[in-house]
Amino acid sequence: MSMHGPIATHRSASGVPTGRLATWWLLASEIFIFGGLVACFLLFKLGGTPGFEDASLTSVTAGAVNTFVLLTSSLSIVLAHAAIEKGDQKKSFTYIWYTIGAGLVFLGIKTYEYTGKILDGHTITENIFWSFYYTMTGLHALHVIGGMVIMALISFDIRKGYNYQRVELIGIYWHFVDLVWIFLFPLLYIANF
Amino acid sequence: MNQAATKIKSETNVQQHEELSFLYKYILPLDHKIIGLQYIFTGLIMAIIGGYFAYAFRMQLAFPGEVVPLYGLVGPGEYNMLVTNHGTIMIFWVAMPVLIAGFGNYIIPLMIGCDDMVFPRLNRLSFQIFLVSALVLILSFFVRGGGFGGAWTSYPPLSSVAEYSLTDWGSSLWILAVALEFVSFLLGGINFITTTMNARAPGMKMMDIPIAVWFIDIAVILFMASVGPLFAGAVMLFMDQRIGTTFFLASGGGDPLLWQHLFWFFGHPEVYVVLLPTMGIVADVITVFSRKKLFGYRTILYTAFATGGLSFIVWAHHQFIAGIDPRVANVFVVTTVLISIPLAEMMFSYIATLYGGSIEFKTPMLWALSFLAAFLIGGVTGIYLGASALDIYFHDSYFVLAHFHYTFFPITIIGMFAALTFWFPKMFGRMMNETLGKIHFWGTFIPFNCIFLPLFLLGLAGQNRRVYNFQNYPDLARQELQDIRIFATVSLIVLLLFQFVFIYNFFVSMFKGEKAPNNPWNANTLEWSTSSPPPHGNFKAFPTVYRGAYEYSVPGREMDYWPQNEPPEGNK
Repeated sequence: MSMHGPIATHRSASGVPTGRLATWWLLASEIFIFGGLVACFLLFKLGGTPGFEDASLTSVTAGAVNTFVLLTSSLSIVLAHAAIEKGDQKKSFTYIWYTIGAGLVFLGIKTYEYTGKILDGHTITENIFWSFYYTMTGLHALHVIGGMVIMALISFDIRKGYNYQRVELIGIYWHFVDLVWIFLFPLLYIANF
Repeated sequence: MNQAATKIKSETNVQQHEELSFLYKYILPLDHKIIGLQYIFTGLIMAIIGGYFAYAFRMQLAFPGEVVPLYGLVGPGEYNMLVTNHGTIMIFWVAMPVLIAGFGNYIIPLMIGCDDMVFPRLNRLSFQIFLVSALVLILSFFVRGGGFGGAWTSYPPLSSVAEYSLTDWGSSLWILAVALEFVSFLLGGINFITTTMNARAPGMKMMDIPIAVWFIDIAVILFMASVGPLFAGAVMLFMDQRIGTTFFLASGGGDPLLWQHLFWFFGHPEVYVVLLPTMGIVADVITVFSRKKLFGYRTILYTAFATGGLSFIVWAHHQFIAGIDPRVANVFVVTTVLISIPLAEMMFSYIATLYGGSIEFKTPMLWALSFLAAFLIGGVTGIYLGASALDIYFHDSYFVLAHFHYTFFPITIIGMFAALTFWFPKMFGRMMNETLGKIHFWGTFIPFNCIFLPLFLLGLAGQNRRVYNFQNYPDLARQELQDIRIFATVSLIVLLLFQFVFIYNFFVSMFKGEKAPNNPWNANTLEWSTSSPPPHGNFKAFPTVYRGAYEYSVPGREMDYWPQNEPPEGNK
């Protein structure tokens, strides 16, 4: 079995490297999935569905801290990319693991929030707002976990000296995960109209 | 090993694609051609299941309450399950895998002159997810309560509450299978677009890409943009079923209409997702067999863009009587009628391509021409349904069903046969038998019209869809209507029997057919410049492209075709 890939993978008729192009298309498809969820959420909210006032019960502090953590992690993955561009595997490896660490902190705070809400009786079936809260943040958290696993795999790859370009690709993905959170945070935590 | 070394190694590797063991060649292949064939064969097997279901429920309608030979008794619940899964299978497990994933996989790398998809392993993964989704769907027929019977549109609350649907597990496995299928096609689609954008042969500009490849890629983009919200909706429906949320249940503050919007926001572009690949295949077939340049290559392309764009703002024409505001309905009437403009333009370009050409009625050409004729009827009857005033009368009647089948049968079945008979020599290195091919063509096309033309009449007579026994309705139980039902059912049986001619022709030709030359149809596109079947790695020397795909009967040339990869100095 050939491990080197076909010649097709190494062509670049559009001028954009194949991996980066595919990452953008992947994110395009993700935008429609999250976009669909957000649109449904907004339709319910603007339609005056009872239960959406529960947005005031979510912890803005926890959400704000998580926003800060996630945005900071985007910086560290950018630094990892900058380091690998210069061929500095060690530094890049470290920055990738900083990013993974930030992801863990994010998930930890998320877990703390979930636990508190569930203990207060705000479960996923309580009303439409909480259904959306758990579905949207849950889907986002799955993306965070997926990103962390892929980052770990990439970090070992680059330490062995191959697939450097993938640091950039996971970086693009990680920014997207960030961006989704930037939409979720105001919708689920702050907006209370 | 650094990147540069990897690159050099791969460039040389391509020239000597080694022979692979059976396991890696056929079971876990990375070669796009084998993966394409896997999709096509899986789709054909699913088509047999879908056809069998159609046979069973049509027999029940023609001879209500009698035991169906080779099936058994069809009860009301059973009838719903058969109708639902016939629709689901034919769209998600036949039309999409065969037309987009199957032929897309097979022809894209060949037509753009490279050795494989850009991500072969992702390609294999897409197929494996697809296979799992098919198995999950088949499994759903056998669980407690039987397969899902809430129609392929699966409107809540019927689909989300087990007490209503009586198929607790069937409903959930159904939505799970559909969601998995979406994932498979999203991954496959990313591969297709990236491959076309980046892996084209040197010299192949955007406007040199064959229409078949263009249209598959446009279809993939439409799919990507429309399926996302439904994917989210599928997750929400699944949670309604299994966790107890109430996204689509009015009893818990949710909104069943929301599902309809999500479903049709996907469902209407989906029509064009499956239409465009067939339109593309037909464009290639009719130019080859009329020996003429495609009329208005750019126009056809732009009409496809316009169709794609408009397809996102027509969805509510499926919901005219679902309780939406009549003022909103008016808007959707306008957009729906608008979308027929680019499609009509595309159709006229195809007809203009035929005009004055030296038409050869080979089997693929017969399929392509019959596609244009049949789809025209489907398109024209669609204009009636797009008008909300008429739709109030036609909605959920057999008129809709006949209209639908006059679009989807040509797209899926006729399009598939056009493509299969056209590329068969390339795929298997042998020619199909022309006589048997023509017998199969007429044996399919005539019964197809005999099945569905009468259903327009039944619809106008007020016959509703999704009724398992019309004997309970005095207005619809009249003998003259029953005669029409029996006629349609008998036509279906004739159509199904003629498929054995195809199966026989297919397998006998595959092993015993006349050896096919590299370019049996004297076509221009790159896949015909390599051997039949192409070797692993596709081309001995990678082609360079000098011109568009449709230079037929160019004045001043001795040959009436001009392959895309023939250097200009070769002009004689």
